[in-house]
Amino acid sequence: MGAPHDPLLTVRGLRVVIDGLHILHGVDLDVAPSGVTALLGRNGAGKTTTVKAVLGLVPRTGGIRLAGEDLTRLPTHLVVRRGIGYVPEDRGVFGGLTVAENLRLAERDAEPAYPLVHEIFPELKRRERQVAGTLSGGQQQMVAIARTLLNANRLIIADEPTKGLAPRIVTEVADALERVASRVPVLLVEQNLALVRRTAATCAVLADGHTVHQGATAELLADEEAARRLLGVGSSRRPSPGPSPGAAPAPPTGTEVNR
Amino acid sequence: MDTVILLLCTGLGLGALYFLVASGLSLIFGLMDVLNFAHGALLSVGAYAAWWATAQAGMDFYAAVAFGTAVGTLAAVLLELALIRPLYSRPRDQILATVGVGLAVPALLMGVWGADARPFPQPSGLSGTVRVLGAVVPVNRFVLMAAALLVLLALRLFLARTRYGLIVRAGVEDRAMVTALGIDVRRAFTLVFAIGGAAAALGGALAGLYFGSVAPGQGTGLLIFAFVVVVMGGMGSVTGAAVASAGVGLVQQFANYYTAAGLGDLSVVVLLAVLLLVRPGGLTGRLA
Amino acid sequence: MTFLGHRATTARERRGWRDRRRWWPPALLAVLLLAPFSALPVPGLLSGPLGSPGSLQLLALCLLYGGLATGYDLLLGRTGLLSFGHALYFATGLYVTDLAMLEWRLPFAAAAAVGVGCALLLAVVLGAVGLRVSGIGFSMVTLAFAQAGSILVTRDPGGLTGGEEGRAVPADLLPDGVVGIQNTATLYWIALAYLVLTLAVVHWTVSSPIGRVWAGIRENERRVEVLGLRPYGFKLVAFVVAGGLAGAGGVVYLLLTGGATPQAASSDATLALLVMVILGGSGSRWGPLLGGVLYTWADHRLGDLANSGTVAGLPAVLRVPLSQPLFLLGTLFVAVVLLLPGGLAALPARVRARRSARGPRPAGLGTAPEGSAV
Repeated sequence: MGAPHDPLLTVRGLRVVIDGLHILHGVDLDVAPSGVTALLGRNGAGKTTTVKAVLGLVPRTGGIRLAGEDLTRLPTHLVVRRGIGYVPEDRGVFGGLTVAENLRLAERDAEPAYPLVHEIFPELKRRERQVAGTLSGGQQQMVAIARTLLNANRLIIADEPTKGLAPRIVTEVADALERVASRVPVLLVEQNLALVRRTAATCAVLADGHTVHQGATAELLADEEAARRLLGVGSSRRPSPGPSPGAAPAPPTGTEVNR
Repeated sequence: MDTVILLLCTGLGLGALYFLVASGLSLIFGLMDVLNFAHGALLSVGAYAAWWATAQAGMDFYAAVAFGTAVGTLAAVLLELALIRPLYSRPRDQILATVGVGLAVPALLMGVWGADARPFPQPSGLSGTVRVLGAVVPVNRFVLMAAALLVLLALRLFLARTRYGLIVRAGVEDRAMVTALGIDVRRAFTLVFAIGGAAAALGGALAGLYFGSVAPGQGTGLLIFAFVVVVMGGMGSVTGAAVASAGVGLVQQFANYYTAAGLGDLSVVVLLAVLLLVRPGGLTGRLA
Repeated sequence: MTFLGHRATTARERRGWRDRRRWWPPALLAVLLLAPFSALPVPGLLSGPLGSPGSLQLLALCLLYGGLATGYDLLLGRTGLLSFGHALYFATGLYVTDLAMLEWRLPFAAAAAVGVGCALLLAVVLGAVGLRVSGIGFSMVTLAFAQAGSILVTRDPGGLTGGEEGRAVPADLLPDGVVGIQNTATLYWIALAYLVLTLAVVHWTVSSPIGRVWAGIRENERRVEVLGLRPYGFKLVAFVVAGGLAGAGGVVYLLLTGGATPQAASSDATLALLVMVILGGSGSRWGPLLGGVLYTWADHRLGDLANSGTVAGLPAVLRVPLSQPLFLLGTLFVAVVLLLPGGLAALPARVRARRSARGPRPAGLGTAPEGSAV
């Protein structure tokens, strides 16, 4: 189907080399100006590295443009200040800080949107003074997403936000994501194809550090054979819910560098 | 009993000195993963600046201490901007650069003011002794303890109440994530260097009081014990450093007095190795 | 880490450079072997003619430290281990040999064997313990062990080590050929032999299969683990070999200086090795040697030069730094770390690269992530 408007974020020929290892060699990616764009691929395909490279968290070359502006040479904090909210793979919540402190740290705008945050996540209001390290995984994920809602972001990048969460919590997080996506475009890295099918109109698929497919999610997931080849799963079957973060199996191919 | 009181006060005074060095060291390592081998040099800079101000330029003691602290702070900021900042992407080279500064600065001090210790003028109000439960204790022990307590209080307030304190606490946990929130963490780097330099230089100025003299190698000699404190207290933990400082100072004094001389120093150093081995997390321990 | 990456990119280049210049190491060795027979005056560089005892003594020290630095680089440059306690093994070889002669009246050769053996044993034990932690933790454990050794030696337990004064070697137990000023040339050749031995051991181990694993550990320890190898054992081998070489260096030092002093065990002694290696070029074959020679020469000669008439006439701004070799060396060290990764040994390759490229250096890795977790 293809995006009707110009993409919000365009990535061209993105390369990442870490310690002499070529992690990414030629990732192309368009993020639609509205709704959810999914970034898919097997473990170790380079999804997380792509996200980190966009943010400047790993050294990168290539072209990264947000609404036409070149981000490739900007350090991370300036990339983020261009209006990108980031929900990292491991949630990136500061365990030693309280919930309120975690949120205060993320404030960039003159008037942070606390009313919105408290409307979507009323639980965080109640737990304001709790130390974030004592929150459950789902609650921590709420803090991570809430941080991106405080500021008027132009794009939110969420890296496997449902990983390691109980099914009931996955639904909650997915609902929250959908509400977020109705306001701000989202780039979603996700293994949970049911969630992808539900939320993402377009998607890109990575394999071995480069883009192998871009297009409409529905078309990709409808093509059983292509889905199996690209994602390593049948589209009709939900992949087993992500293993607990502590016991992630070794990636079958390549090396996913989780720095 | 007199001896115990005296050892207690001397140990705590020494611990206070360790804390002034170790608190900055701990924050710098916690936030930046830089083990600052130049931290002893910063102490020496503060000590010589204070000595120069009072012995050569004729300032009064308090002005000289302030002057020494200011010079040390400036030196620390310069160190961060000129050497640490260009090497952010080369962590090991950062450490090596601080090693070089740690060698060069004492040598420079030696070149300018000689290798011998210079007597540090003692202000009349702080040079005497007081009787504590029958023991005769030099006043300067208490000056050091008071200074360390003030620094501890100020650091805790800074960490708990200010935005930069929040950034430092978060950065100790996960520096990359702080930048991913749109925060220029480099400013916090410079800031912790400034804070660490100020505390170390204050320690240097007060070390002149404690030892009665300043010498080029003083700071470097204290550094190893400050390392022990930092590892023991947990990297990045100011409160941990305070407790560990007192512990190390006391152990050292008591062991040196009651067993063979030098055994206190030895036991503390061996303690460092043991701690690192039993609890490798001591190096990555987070802000408490 | 660009610190390591840089070396990887220039390795091939350097090998080509080396092949073309293969002739010079034997030639240099021949010159060094014959140096004691020369009366060539080297004004400025040395205080007397080349073959004079004073010059030979300094040259021998230079060669010894060239060897020690080469051995130390087995850890730093070849395996990527930053040890702050290498002086401990040097001092063990030095003191144990001395004490075995003094206390047990062992002949020199037997005492030297005991000394080196003790250094090896200590390296096995402390390496086995210290290598259980990695990164900066390992550095600090080695620092702690070495500092403990230094304190022990300085405190003179049981009157064994002689405290601050140290203990002189008993001349009656030394072979006749190495005693006295007329035999300086022999000492010089011993130092040269030690250097050649160290270079040979390092070259041989580095090009062995173990050496290739070391290189892998240096570049990326995780990748070595993925290959199913346990880095621990390989690192321990490097640590023990380097410790043994340092212990042997201690024996040579004992002969050269006629005694054991606690400065040999101080953390400054390890830092000196570190400065030598980085100055010369860590991870290269000749760099540490170059750095060791340069450092030792500067440390001994700059002081003399500063007291000479030419420097004494200079204004204080220039005279004071010049009179402090450690200030100059420390500053130079920082400059090398900052501006010349790869040290002096990488200089020719850099100059040629710049000349041939005539433009910006090969595209870097883009913007470095500031504050990225390591």
